[in-house]
Amino acid sequence: MAKFKKKKGGETPAISTASLPDIVFMLLFFFMVATVMRDSTLMVQNTLPAADQIQKLDKKDRVMYIYAGKPSSRYADKYGSQARIQLNDKFATVEDVGAFVLAERASKRQELQNVLTTALKVDGDTNMGLISDIKQELRQVNALKINYTTRVGDYTQNMKN
Amino acid sequence: MAKRAAPEVNAGSMADIAFLLLIFFLVTTTIETDSGINRKLPPTDEVVDPPIIKERNIFTVVVNKNNQFLVEEKPLEISEIREQAIAFLDNGGGVGDEACDYCQGAKDPSSSDNPEKAIISLKNNRETSYKVYIAVQNELVAAYNDLRDREFVRLNPLLGLTFVEANKRYADPRTSPEEKERLKPKLAEVKLMFPQKLSEAEPSKNN
Repeated sequence: MAKFKKKKGGETPAISTASLPDIVFMLLFFFMVATVMRDSTLMVQNTLPAADQIQKLDKKDRVMYIYAGKPSSRYADKYGSQARIQLNDKFATVEDVGAFVLAERASKRQELQNVLTTALKVDGDTNMGLISDIKQELRQVNALKINYTTRVGDYTQNMKN
Repeated sequence: MAKRAAPEVNAGSMADIAFLLLIFFLVTTTIETDSGINRKLPPTDEVVDPPIIKERNIFTVVVNKNNQFLVEEKPLEISEIREQAIAFLDNGGGVGDEACDYCQGAKDPSSSDNPEKAIISLKNNRETSYKVYIAVQNELVAAYNDLRDREFVRLNPLLGLTFVEANKRYADPRTSPEEKERLKPKLAEVKLMFPQKLSEAEPSKNN
């Protein structure tokens, strides 16, 4: 019976996967662009204080970062709850700051070595004593340009506990 | 019932949609940049002969370990610091050589002579909280910025920018070199009128 073709099974046609690579590439590009390379994982609590009279910290190659704050909950039982300094991926003491700055400076290009800024990313609840010690160390190694990294916001946020 | 196979969806335009989305995200995402208060530390070498500074030219701010403020020997709330600092910097009480012709302050003889001589001294305790310290720094920088804004607008009324905006534009890498050249002397002039003289004493263990 030529008139009645045999019906195909009820299965739905396969969805074309030709555009899958496009979607994957799109995601890839998106994440490539939007990701900030973080060279050290934070081991301290880092809720920055708020300020509004701020300047941008452009040119990432001229900045070295010093983190400080209470050890985050993962490290709290090992390192206690006293505020600590973090340099690169390790907890450090105040005495290590000078050596760290010199090492960072040596790793930069010659023409940038005199224009480096030290960004202090310090948790808001840290005592000033630690920061003063860091500043003294920075003065010793002649790293005089510093930046207190803050978040954008009104100063009154800092006064609440 | 005649059952027809569903026609295949044309996927040719999928790539276009994908690129559209890609470009949209490319344009709208901004890479997060850090920002903060820039400061310069004093060099270590001891000054052999420290200059003598008159008491009236120093504006002392002390923050104790309970995060309370003492400004010019009087306890004060943080919300008043900016106002007080502006009054001090803008006082212009000097006479003769030390007169300040652009100051609009009270010309109180017991306050600063001249913005160029006026020094703000900030002293904190070792147990002061960092965020309170940043709040004070912020307010003191704000006092300078308010005054610089005022003078910048007065000197360059046609520019339509405040000092802070002009400074931001100057620091922006997208600004053309010609515009930077134009802004540079104007910024320098105002900076010279209200130089940021913020001294930080070594923190004390007690008080």
